[in-house]
Amino acid sequence: MTRQVKAVALISGGLDSLLAVKVVQDQGVHVEGINFFTGFCVEGHTHAIRKKEKAKPKRNNALWVAEQLGIKLHILDIIEEYKEVVFNPKHGYGANLNPCLDCKVFMVRKAHEWIERNGFDFIITGEVVGQRPMSQRRDTMPVVSRESGADDLLLRPLSARNLPETRPEREGWVSRDRLYGFSGRSRKPQMELAQRFGFDDYAQPAGGCCFLTDANYSSKLADLWRFRGAKAYEIDDIMLLKVGRHLRPRPNFKVIIAREEGEGRFLQGYRKQFVNLETVSHPGPLALIDGEASEEDIQLAARLVARYSKGRGDDRVELQVSGRDGVSHRLAVVPLSADEVPESWHL
Amino acid sequence: MKTVILDARRLLCPMPVIRVQDRLADLEPGTRLVAYCTDPGALIDIPAWCRINGHHIVETRTEGDDYIVVLEVGRGGNDRSI
Repeated sequence: MTRQVKAVALISGGLDSLLAVKVVQDQGVHVEGINFFTGFCVEGHTHAIRKKEKAKPKRNNALWVAEQLGIKLHILDIIEEYKEVVFNPKHGYGANLNPCLDCKVFMVRKAHEWIERNGFDFIITGEVVGQRPMSQRRDTMPVVSRESGADDLLLRPLSARNLPETRPEREGWVSRDRLYGFSGRSRKPQMELAQRFGFDDYAQPAGGCCFLTDANYSSKLADLWRFRGAKAYEIDDIMLLKVGRHLRPRPNFKVIIAREEGEGRFLQGYRKQFVNLETVSHPGPLALIDGEASEEDIQLAARLVARYSKGRGDDRVELQVSGRDGVSHRLAVVPLSADEVPESWHL
Repeated sequence: MKTVILDARRLLCPMPVIRVQDRLADLEPGTRLVAYCTDPGALIDIPAWCRINGHHIVETRTEGDDYIVVLEVGRGGNDRSI
């Protein structure tokens, strides 16, 4: 009896990994998926937080892809291990704080460990030569194979014919003739292949699936590191960077102000961890103070929060200030005017 | 029938799915798991994960701020390889 060949695929939820799996599945290989959760994944989070997105329920595209392909999906929490990739990327950052090449090396290495542990034969990714400026170049794709330890057990079915032959091809587990030679940034070949396979509903490419590629997010993370004096974060820190307006009026504290009801509800969950402010005389947002703030700082934060309330045009706005111990007091302030909120406060 | 409670409140997807996945790895087929979540996405993501990994959704419901998913561990579906 012929042994069933098994492969594991890195599933991001995008079109490329969907097609890469399908190409290999069609050659009789049993495929399962791995999806890594770094804490910076765009999937789900902001949609779960922001109320305005609720009208259109958000699906997790990695799960959706797995379901379309009929494969198991293993979602792995790599938040802690991933920190080293973010703090000290050997190959450096991209345009923002995105360590794309180190990230890909890390994920393929984890997949390689997984196949060794679970008796699978090789690894599939949806990478395409020349598609991404850092991790998917002709000169960097071999780096991923080599530094991950996967070497020739890493197959890129969409671009395989542009790359040296891999072990799955040599062993006859897959036929090179039935793999593809896509290259470059154009998505047209992938879209045509999707059509041929009958996939008409898939995630549209939207500039990556990681918050670290986002300039605004990276700027807030850099600010966090700068004012804490070290490259460090916990999961709550990186979640909060996705939510609300972040303003730093003084070096020792910043204020996180909910932009709408969904964010306010999300921030409610952090009331015991942060000094928080809420307008009581007028409708307004919930805000958290991140850092050690003096009475004078809290007064300034209150005036700032009042600026974002319905009372911004009034002479007096009353807020409730609650400490981490849950003890509250009322504070009446004059809202800051637009001129009193310099652009430099906005992170 | 054994029932296990999982508190996945205040976690955003996919963390509730990961918590369910990891908890199921230790449970015998037929065991019921009741997951309490506050991310509404859990009502979509946990059932999707169960469908592809061979577990059965018994019920999904909302109680106040909680989104609750009741599932039953599938036969041979629990994945101890993770």
